[in-house]
Amino acid sequence: MYKYDEYDHAMVDARVAEFSDQVRRRLAGEITEDQFKPLRLMNGLYLQLHAYMLRVAVPYGTLDSRQMRMLAHIARKYDRDYGHFTTRQNIQYNWIKLEDAPAILEDLASVEMHAIQTSGNCIRNISSDQWAGAAADEITDPRPWAELLRQWSSFHPEFSYLPRKFKIAVIAANEDRAAMRLHDIGIQIVEKDGQHGAAFYVGGGMGRTPMIAPLIKDFVPLDDMLSYAEACLRVYNRYGRRDNIYKARIKILIHELGADEYRRQVEEEFKHVKSLGIDPPKAEFDRIAAQFAPPPLDASAPDEIDRSDPDFAVWVDQNVAKHKVSGHAIVNISLKPVGGIPGDASSAQIDLMADLAEKYSHDELRVTHAQNIVLPHVRKADLYAVWQALDAAGLATPNLDLISDIIACPGLDYCSLANARSIPVAQKIAQRFADPARQRDLGELKLKISGCINACGHHHAGHIGILGVDRKGTENYQLSLGGSGAEDVSLGTITGPGFDEDGVVDAIERVTDKYLAERNEGERFVDTFRRVGMAPFKEAIYG
Amino acid sequence: MVEHIHSDGEEPAVTLDAFLSQSNATAVRLEPDEDARALIPHLDRLALIEVAFPKFRDGRGYSSARILREAGYAGELRARGDVLVDQIAYMKRCGFDTFAPEKELNAADVEAALARWPEHYQGAADGAKPIWKLRHG
Repeated sequence: MYKYDEYDHAMVDARVAEFSDQVRRRLAGEITEDQFKPLRLMNGLYLQLHAYMLRVAVPYGTLDSRQMRMLAHIARKYDRDYGHFTTRQNIQYNWIKLEDAPAILEDLASVEMHAIQTSGNCIRNISSDQWAGAAADEITDPRPWAELLRQWSSFHPEFSYLPRKFKIAVIAANEDRAAMRLHDIGIQIVEKDGQHGAAFYVGGGMGRTPMIAPLIKDFVPLDDMLSYAEACLRVYNRYGRRDNIYKARIKILIHELGADEYRRQVEEEFKHVKSLGIDPPKAEFDRIAAQFAPPPLDASAPDEIDRSDPDFAVWVDQNVAKHKVSGHAIVNISLKPVGGIPGDASSAQIDLMADLAEKYSHDELRVTHAQNIVLPHVRKADLYAVWQALDAAGLATPNLDLISDIIACPGLDYCSLANARSIPVAQKIAQRFADPARQRDLGELKLKISGCINACGHHHAGHIGILGVDRKGTENYQLSLGGSGAEDVSLGTITGPGFDEDGVVDAIERVTDKYLAERNEGERFVDTFRRVGMAPFKEAIYG
Repeated sequence: MVEHIHSDGEEPAVTLDAFLSQSNATAVRLEPDEDARALIPHLDRLALIEVAFPKFRDGRGYSSARILREAGYAGELRARGDVLVDQIAYMKRCGFDTFAPEKELNAADVEAALARWPEHYQGAADGAKPIWKLRHG
């Protein structure tokens, strides 16, 4: 894991001091809310329906147990004893007092954490593959690349007042677990002539105009990566629309210019930027990469798992993934118990996960964009003990990637932008499909719910997506099918007229029944949908 | 150097269009939607470039400033308009050396803002060594 050196500490400390001063000037009335808003946003502080919400950055989703315990501490001390893990691998707290924010940031800084650029029209926290460093299918660990980008983008003087927010994801496997092509810049580390480089996909995103990022450059060498990113951003800062907040993301610019013209301009800018000497030497990458060296895993550890406990065996089959080192496994902890709030965890649960990471996972945890937690490096021989501890804490729901492993935004229960509630819909769907055998029979089915068109719940990328809208003062839910945020990326198609809260749950059941009737051997829901198209599902839903 | 500018008595900055069509002006004002690169052939006869910030949220002027400095402009580069104390440290990094805020800034706040950052992660137009360079000599 990356450890701060004196420079990183000094920068985060300076930021805490700066924000404390800004809060002081705001509370004293020296700056207006309009002036304060972008400053607090760049420190992760939103004003929500009921209170301030603080979003804490978890760079590329990686944490150690000390940091995880601090997240529990903040939940206990400053919030209502829980936190909410988000689709950008961050955590947010929903009941924060403005005057506590500087103290929270100080607490975070003491464990090398911060809330820098988790909001605002700047380059946001860099996200990555939650299985980085453990996945059997990666070509390298993407996190050193992400850390290089994190440092470059932190307090970037030119790109802190962009037309709109800017999100970057970095992966290094063909399986895309980070929705890479639905980011403003999606980077896939690829190999060419024995060298690793970055493939740049630019202009993806969700929101009210979802777009899949086109490939802008197939191979950017490590030595050029920051210059290339700088060129991509500079063209966007120059031409991105500022007259209409809904058309200000880079995806709209690239859609309007065309990928070829955007690429031409980036290449021209890159030629100039490259001459400025802003790319760090290989030694800096190596310094960072050394800190992500794999933990000492014993490849001769026993590879067998005692499956005699049937509940444990079900969990192993569903929530445990293949590790690159024999005798080890990746444990996925579901934060989606039936009837719970997707992504929420109590301080006691957060502490427990920290304990398990310390004892069984080389002190590492990950947050996933699907709002779950990962213990990336667990010996297979320890899986049963881990499962027992998780089970006792209500954290062993065996539903990874099943219909009840729902991504949901906070919705109208918390968010000032929402048109409809997301959480109760997620809960009703999970209850309708509560039977674990039924869920397993349905297989991989990614269901995602957004409470407004901003699409924080990734509904466009759901095999089944739900969008809550306000229709003449009542909550109405539109259903879409066939989206994916993975390597088979696609955008969902709306089925037709929307439903009320119970109606949408019924409609989903008709969709899944139709799938069971139509599917061929081995087909996932989304495969069947792609093969047969919308018509049979529409017929099943609307008659 | 950072100071408040009171433009009494100095040559007024002309618009970009006016500057490009007359040869004797030495001060030009750049609006957010104007391309700073248009000035690059004329930098040697400019003593002042004012970059307008009609709204502090519009960050195009940060790129304009860097582009001008990167092209070798060594004259005065002034941020004018909705220039607030919480933006001036980044403005300075992008190459601005003077500020003409609509609303006068508190001098102590300005001093604190400009002294805030011990180092910088990335290279910009202020000549500061980025942290990676400090790490590796």
